[in-house]
Amino acid sequence: MTDWPILSTVTFLPLVGAFLIFLIRDDGASARRNIRNVALLTTVFTFVLSLLIWIGFDNSQAGFQMVEKTDWLDSGISYHMGIDGISMLFVILTTFLMPLCIAASWVSVEKRVKEYMIAFLILETMVIGVFCALDIVLFYVFFEASLIPMFIIIGVWGGKRRVYASFKFFLYTLLGSVLMLLAVMAMFWQAGTTDIPTLMTHDFPESMQYWLWIAFFASFAVKMPMWPVHTWLPDAHVEAPTAGSVLLAGILLKMGGYGFLRFSLPMFPDASDYFAPFVFTLSVVAIIYTSLVALMQEDMKKLIAYSSVAHMGFVTMGIFAMNAEGVQGAIFQMLSHGLVSGALFLCVGVVYDRLHTREISAYGGLVHNMPNYAVVFLIFTMGNVGLPGTSGFVGEFLTMMGAFRANTWVAFFAASGVILSAAYALWLYRRIIFGALTKESLKSMLDLSTREKAVIYPLVVLTIFFGVYPAPVFDVTTASVDALISHISQATGAADTASLAK
Amino acid sequence: MTTALSTSLSLLGPELILAGGGVLLLMIGVFSGERRANRLVTGLSVAVLVAALLWMWFFGRDGVAFGGAIVQDAFSRFMKSLALIGSAVTLFMSVGFAKDERFDKFEFPVLIVLCTLGMMLMITANDMLGLYLGLELQSLAIYVLAAFNRDSLRSTEAGLKYFVLGALSSGMLLYGISLVYGYTGHTGFNEIAAALTGSERQLGLVFGLVFVLAGLAFKISAVPFHMWTPDVYEGAPTPITAFMAAGPKMAAMALTVRVTMEAFAPIAPDWQQIIVFISIASMLLGSFAAIGQRNIKRLMAYSSIGHMGFALVGLAANSETGVRGVVLYMTIYLAMTLGTFAVILAMRRKQGNVENIDDLAGLSTTHPLMALVLTIMMFSLAGIPPLAGFWAKWYVFLAAINSGLYALSVIGVLASVVGAYYYLRLIKIMWFDEPVGSFVPVAGELRLVLGVSAAFTLLYVLIGGPLGNMAQAAAKSFF
Repeated sequence: MTDWPILSTVTFLPLVGAFLIFLIRDDGASARRNIRNVALLTTVFTFVLSLLIWIGFDNSQAGFQMVEKTDWLDSGISYHMGIDGISMLFVILTTFLMPLCIAASWVSVEKRVKEYMIAFLILETMVIGVFCALDIVLFYVFFEASLIPMFIIIGVWGGKRRVYASFKFFLYTLLGSVLMLLAVMAMFWQAGTTDIPTLMTHDFPESMQYWLWIAFFASFAVKMPMWPVHTWLPDAHVEAPTAGSVLLAGILLKMGGYGFLRFSLPMFPDASDYFAPFVFTLSVVAIIYTSLVALMQEDMKKLIAYSSVAHMGFVTMGIFAMNAEGVQGAIFQMLSHGLVSGALFLCVGVVYDRLHTREISAYGGLVHNMPNYAVVFLIFTMGNVGLPGTSGFVGEFLTMMGAFRANTWVAFFAASGVILSAAYALWLYRRIIFGALTKESLKSMLDLSTREKAVIYPLVVLTIFFGVYPAPVFDVTTASVDALISHISQATGAADTASLAK
Repeated sequence: MTTALSTSLSLLGPELILAGGGVLLLMIGVFSGERRANRLVTGLSVAVLVAALLWMWFFGRDGVAFGGAIVQDAFSRFMKSLALIGSAVTLFMSVGFAKDERFDKFEFPVLIVLCTLGMMLMITANDMLGLYLGLELQSLAIYVLAAFNRDSLRSTEAGLKYFVLGALSSGMLLYGISLVYGYTGHTGFNEIAAALTGSERQLGLVFGLVFVLAGLAFKISAVPFHMWTPDVYEGAPTPITAFMAAGPKMAAMALTVRVTMEAFAPIAPDWQQIIVFISIASMLLGSFAAIGQRNIKRLMAYSSIGHMGFALVGLAANSETGVRGVVLYMTIYLAMTLGTFAVILAMRRKQGNVENIDDLAGLSTTHPLMALVLTIMMFSLAGIPPLAGFWAKWYVFLAAINSGLYALSVIGVLASVVGAYYYLRLIKIMWFDEPVGSFVPVAGELRLVLGVSAAFTLLYVLIGGPLGNMAQAAAKSFF
């Protein structure tokens, strides 16, 4: 069993499920039930298989594990898969969120169930592929291909302005990515390979690093998204169906942060060092500005979308602090944000399914007839604020600590952002849950159903568990992050001594 | 002398099959009566094209014939395969259409065979005169084909327009050839290259080069010689549009590559800047002008202008990787074009064919498989991985980056983002909009083409390796 290609199996298993669904004729209620069941079974099975990856993962090893490599296409492109401490947990996060997404759209998606489930399963394959790919071309293929199903998901099952939102999402991200594509080509000619582990050790000339860094930054900053190229995100989130928002916030955004960690930092250390103040500035602006914007939102999803941008600001800040605390914190923040913001979107979905509006003003006093919902929503609100005891705290604290070591002022401004995030999150909670239950339309609303509990409760457990006991995550990431940090400090240190010697 | 002639002729096996076949088919058509002629001749034409293809694959040899005027190498074999496949498939697709639209005359397949013969001569030509002869044979056949639907005003207009502009471009080409001859004293590609090597570059020769390239740019519909494309694409009967997009484009591109890579290799910097310019102009115009189009054939015309621009990016690189990029680009473009035009031919209501993109509204609910194929084609044309269209762009830009053409590459990829907009709009119409009525069931031959081209586009990631090696071998012919 040791040489069983587990990563490829996990990556392409959803595709098999998609193919099975493709063969089912969508004609009537029983067929739709079959389709839903196949989709759920596939994703659950993928999740169980992916746990084998975690079990088999060697925490002490910093390099890539479970590597698969075969020749693919020509000119040095190979099919190369593998994971390390940085990527492994993202794979698990993806496979974990996926069954929840399928379950969350069990009744809310009624039309074109077949296409919906196929799109989700294809998306799962692409996203897992992004985190497992160890060839930069393979990475790019998965990275870009994930746009196709997401475009369809937003466009077909989205809200009123879905066409606008889907086009904006697609073209924005594509525009960022094509520049990265050119950089990939330049790297291929420079290093003679597209193999990521080899490229990580390749010493790119410093003048070239700046250009390559900018090209990669264009892609990942849009994907993250960083201020000022974040404007596609609120639109996409608002218009996407609930499960689409969960995936978008939970996983797709993480591809940007993962890209910084996998490419920008280890391959262009000098440029990363050079541009770090620039990234800090953008991050701080993102944290403060988008938090203020979030305060003014009338739409629940839009508010959470802006809060995502703010939280991603912590991630970029932590990554470019370029020390162990910052990077560890950034990874943890991404994972935690995947759980918390995904859960928040699910919470919005719960009330949206009942009332079909996301206007905050349409709600109020839900605590009276939806007590379970009120508790769950409270926990995730606290997680979003970063209250100690929830997973949100660990990530924010570590990224700020990392930033503090790199630049005190950055940490100062970021900390003020935390206060703002408490302001908008608590205010949102107050407007929706507290107050008198006066609105007629709300009085008949039922509390969480069994299905909704099954979807949301696991997230509650994990949010609190990782808030209290984050060690399982750090056990996995420490070795790889330490190796990354020492690689960077070596490279930048060497450059410094070289410039001193001149 | 006789042995030399027979060796020369033996190298020209496929061309002889087409020439003999074309004449024979004409006779069969004339003598077998109006009624059943078309179906019979069409079937036999496809057989002739396939026979030429098989002959080339199994008995084809490399070599030089007729004192260097004709050359057979890996490159010509690859490009001729593309041209033959393009012709055979479009002919195969046109059977049902020709019957329904009442232009099922037997001259149609015969003209396609003759046109294909012209394309084969263009691809093998290693001499300015051979080039011109092949090009004219191909063009004259297409002029007639474009105007083939005599009862349609638009078709006749398309034919006339194409003829007038085509004659102009032929004139320019011929003028360029005469200038090149005047300054080098030769018409053979190798001799021209030899004369140019070492000698000082003369201004008159550059003029000749510009005129030759202008004539060729017209044939591949590159900006600024693209004006005819939208009108002719729209006006000509759809199978002929498909043929024009699939066949002659391959031949003209192959010819452009050979002329630049062989005859003008010593003055590469001169033609490179011309190619860079027409490449940028084509990519930009193809991307921006297509946005306003509502007719799907016009849309495909602008799309093809843009794609020729992308293919030329590889040529501009002036390297082995670049030529491999062009060859692969044309291969993938052929598959995408055939698939897309198969869908356009299948856009058929009870009253007849429709061409407006809004007629595709809600196709994903009325014809899910057809919508799926067109969606794959559109994402592929937009260059989204993992579809074939992405790899086409990958190889040409890879070469451009290696040659240091950074500005060209950046403009190119940005143009591809703009282009993605209108491809996405077609997808939006198919998937996001409400249906407006359905098409008649898709004919069997179209289903086959749809399936094969979609499979090729989708599964290129699996078969790309061997194909890339073949393209690599083809590109080696010049280095």
